[in-house]
Amino acid sequence: MKRRVVITGIGWVTPLGHDIESAWKRMLAGDSGVAPTTLFDASAFPTSFSAQVRDFELAKFLGVDAARHEGASRNSRFALAASAQAWRDAGLGDHALLDRTRVGVYLGGGEGPLDFFPFAEAALAGCRNKLGELTPLDTVRWSETALRVLNQTNELEQDPNLAGGHLAVQFRVEGPNVNTLTACAASTQAIGEATRLIQYGDADVMISGGTHSMIHPLGVTGFSRLTALSTRNDSCSTASRPFDRTRDGFVLGEGSGILILEELEHARRRGVRILAEIVGYGSTADAFRITDIHEDGRGAMAAMQRALQSAGMSPKDIDYISAHGTGTEENDKIESLAIRGVFGEDAKKVAISSIKSMVGHLIAAAGAVELITCVLAIRDGAVPPTINYQTPDPNCDLDYVPNAARKIPVRACLSNSFGFGGQNDTLVVKAWK
Amino acid sequence: MNKRRVVITGLGVATPIGIGIDAFWEGLLQKRCGIRRVEAFDPSGMPVRIAGELPAFQLGDFIPKAYRKSAKVMARDIMIAVVSAYHAVTDAKLVTKCIIERGEHPGPTNVDSTRFGANIGAGLICADLHELAGALATAADEQGRFDLLRWGAEGMNNLTPLWLLKFLPNMLACHVTIVHDAQAPSNTITCSEASSHLAIGEAYRTIARGDADVCICGGAESKTNPMAMTRPLLCGRVNIEDNDAPARASRPFAADRAGSVPSEGGGLVILEALDHARSRSAKIYGEITGFGAASSASSWSAPDPSGRAIAIALRKALADAETSADRINLVAPFGTGTHNYDSAESAAWNEVFGTWLSEIPAMTTRGAVGMNGAGTGAIDFAATVMAVARNTVPPSVNTSNPDPASRFNFVQDDPKDARVTHAITVSYALAGGQTAALVVRRFGEERS
Repeated sequence: MKRRVVITGIGWVTPLGHDIESAWKRMLAGDSGVAPTTLFDASAFPTSFSAQVRDFELAKFLGVDAARHEGASRNSRFALAASAQAWRDAGLGDHALLDRTRVGVYLGGGEGPLDFFPFAEAALAGCRNKLGELTPLDTVRWSETALRVLNQTNELEQDPNLAGGHLAVQFRVEGPNVNTLTACAASTQAIGEATRLIQYGDADVMISGGTHSMIHPLGVTGFSRLTALSTRNDSCSTASRPFDRTRDGFVLGEGSGILILEELEHARRRGVRILAEIVGYGSTADAFRITDIHEDGRGAMAAMQRALQSAGMSPKDIDYISAHGTGTEENDKIESLAIRGVFGEDAKKVAISSIKSMVGHLIAAAGAVELITCVLAIRDGAVPPTINYQTPDPNCDLDYVPNAARKIPVRACLSNSFGFGGQNDTLVVKAWK
Repeated sequence: MNKRRVVITGLGVATPIGIGIDAFWEGLLQKRCGIRRVEAFDPSGMPVRIAGELPAFQLGDFIPKAYRKSAKVMARDIMIAVVSAYHAVTDAKLVTKCIIERGEHPGPTNVDSTRFGANIGAGLICADLHELAGALATAADEQGRFDLLRWGAEGMNNLTPLWLLKFLPNMLACHVTIVHDAQAPSNTITCSEASSHLAIGEAYRTIARGDADVCICGGAESKTNPMAMTRPLLCGRVNIEDNDAPARASRPFAADRAGSVPSEGGGLVILEALDHARSRSAKIYGEITGFGAASSASSWSAPDPSGRAIAIALRKALADAETSADRINLVAPFGTGTHNYDSAESAAWNEVFGTWLSEIPAMTTRGAVGMNGAGTGAIDFAATVMAVARNTVPPSVNTSNPDPASRFNFVQDDPKDARVTHAITVSYALAGGQTAALVVRRFGEERS
C-alpha cells in the first residue's frame, strides 16, 4: 500500500518577505517585489531590475548557529532560513523523537554564483598580455592568477548540492539527501520525488523545496543573452506581466521555499497539525527541442494528466492552478493551451494565477514557493492574483485572477513548473480534513 | 503493492580507458590506466598536469544527422552523456528515434516514448574558459581592470545568445531525451560524485512503482578543463605529486595515496521492468535489487571520520535488497585516492562487513579512470554489473600497496574468476555529504 504524505511545516524567504504570514499578506494585496537591482551594479545591463530578497539576516533564523555557516552562498543561506521556519512550524525541534536516518532532504537547489570578480580578474590575466592587448587565452597566465584569487569556500558553495549539505548538518538528518536541478522545474520535481520517497518507504520525513539566486552578473548575462528577461527598465514594478498580451519576458527573483513532508501516521503519532496532503505528482519530458516548448504543450499536458491520475482526481476537483506563468510569450501561450487541453470545458472555470507577477521567477526555487501559496490558498480560502494584468491576449483566454486576490473555497490545487529544455513537473495538493 | 522487478539491459560508458562497454571492460581486464599528461590545454601553469581524458570521438557518430547542429550548444559534459546514451541504447538493442533516424533500424521503435524515462546525473558544468574569459577580457577599462558597466553594455554580447544553455546541468537529460524521444519522468540529479548512484536508484524506484517501463540513467561530467581542475585543487584534494608518473597517480586506499586525479567520462545504463525486457527478449545483465541513500550530518565540506553516512547507505541498500553483508560476494567501494576520504570509507565498510570484507573480492575503477565527478558512479556501476554478468572480477589499478586500515581484497594482476551473485557499490559527494549505494544481483539468483 502506498503511504500517504502530508505537509506539516512551511517556510520561505521571498522578495516580499522572510516569513510566511507577512509575505502571504503582501501577495494577497498584490504587492510587487520588483525594483532596481542593488546586489551588483546592473545599470548598464539590458535589464537593470529584479525581485531581490532584501534585509536578510541568517542569524534571525538560526541564532548563534548562523556562525557555523560562515561563507555559505546565498542559496544555502536562504535554504537554511526557510528550513528553520518549516522545521519549527512542524514542531520538529525535539530531535530525540526522530529516527534521523529516516529524515532526509530533497531540494531543487540552484548552482551558486560564480566568484565573479576574481574570476574576471583571472580572465583578464589570461586573455591580455603585458601591453594590455587582447590575446587568445593563455592557460598558464590564467591559472597563476586563478589559483591566487579564487578560494575554496566560494568554489565549494557553487555546487548545487551544498545547500542540502548545510541542511543535513543544521538539522542533523541522515536520511536520503538529493538535489535536482531541472532548471525552472527543480523544486516542484524535488517535492514530487521527496513525496515518492516517503510513499514507498525510503523515508518518513523530508525537508523539501528549493533555493536559488541568479541575481548576479553572470546569471543576468545568461538570461539577457537568451532575451528571456523583461527589459522594461522604466517601469520595473509592472514588468512581470504573465498572460498579458504586452508581456516581454520574465523578471528574475530569488529566495527559497521549504516544506516539511511527512508520512501520515508519523505525523499523527506526533499529534502535529496537518496543513495539506500531497496527492499527485507528474514528471515528463517534452523531448522536443532545447530552445522551444513543444507547440502543442505535449509535455506540460502529460505532466498535469499524470499528476491528476496519480491523485485519482479529475479537473473538476481542482479549484486553483498555480501556473508556471513566467511572462514569456511562449510559456504563457502554451501553458494556457495545455491547461485547456487537460481541463477542457472546465479550463475557464478554474482560478489560475502566477505569483511570478509579484515575486519574479525564482528559477529552481520557484515551484516550492508556489506550492506553499497553494497550501495557504487552501488554508485561507483565498487565491493570490496575477498582477500587472491589463491587456488580454487571445492566446491566453482563461481566468488568471487579474490584479486582485479572490476569496474562494479551495479544495485542491495544481501547481505547474516547466524547465528550460523541456522537463515538466506538476504537483497536486489537497485540503486535509 | 508488489514492486516490479527491474533489470539492467544496456550499458554505455565513456571512460579514459575506452568508450563503449566492451572497450572499457577489456581495458579493465587488461589493467589499463587512462591517466596521462593533459592534452586538451596547456597545463604547465597548474600544480596538476595529468588527467584522464577520453579517447577521441566524433559526436556525429552518435546522433541523427539532423541533430548535428545542436552540438554547438553542448558542453563537453553533455556530449559525454549523448555518446554514452547511444552506447547504452544500442547495447540494449532498443530501437529509438535516434536509431531509426540514423538508418540503423527500419523501425518501428520497441519502446513506448511515454513510458521511457531519463534520470541523468550532472555536475556543476564549467563554462568554456576560452569563450567566457575571452569575452570578459573585452570589458576592461583604461587601466586594464575588469569593468562591469562595459560588460553589461557591450562585453556580454561576445557570448553567443544560447550561451547559458550549454552549461545548464539539465541539458544532459534534455539532449538525450530529445535524441532518443524519452518522454516519461525526467530528472537531473546534481549531487557531485553521488549523482549517478542517486539517479540510478531513483530510476530503479520509478520503474518498480510503475511510472515508467524503461529508464536511461547514470551521469556524466568532464573535470579536465582548467576551471574544473582548479576547484578541487583549491580544496586540497588533488594529487599534485605524481605529474611525472601519471599511471600510478590515482591510488585508492593505498598506504601512500596522495589525492584524486581529475578525469572526464560517464555512463548511462538502461534499466527496464523485467516483464518489458522479457517481452522483447532482451539480454539481461543483472537485476538491481537494492538502493539506499543517506546524508552526512557532520560536515558539508569534510568527511566524517567514521564514514557514518556510507555505512547507513550500505545497510539501507542491503535491507532493501533483502540480503545481508555475508551474502555479498563483490564489493565496489568508491575510493577517491585522498587520505581522509578513503580512511572514512574504509571505516564504514569495515563496520558493515566486518571480517567478511577480506574474504570477498573488491574492485575499484578509480586507479584506472580517476575522478570524473557526477559520471564516476555510473562507471563503477557498469563495471560492477559486468563483473556480475561475466563472473569475473577485474584487477584494480594501483591497489598493491594497501593502507593497513583497509580490508579490501582487490584483485591484482589477472582477472579473477568468481561466481558473483550479489554485488554492492557506493559513491558519495566529497562536498555536501550525499551518499548512495546500489545492490546488483545475478539474474536468476532470486532463490539463493
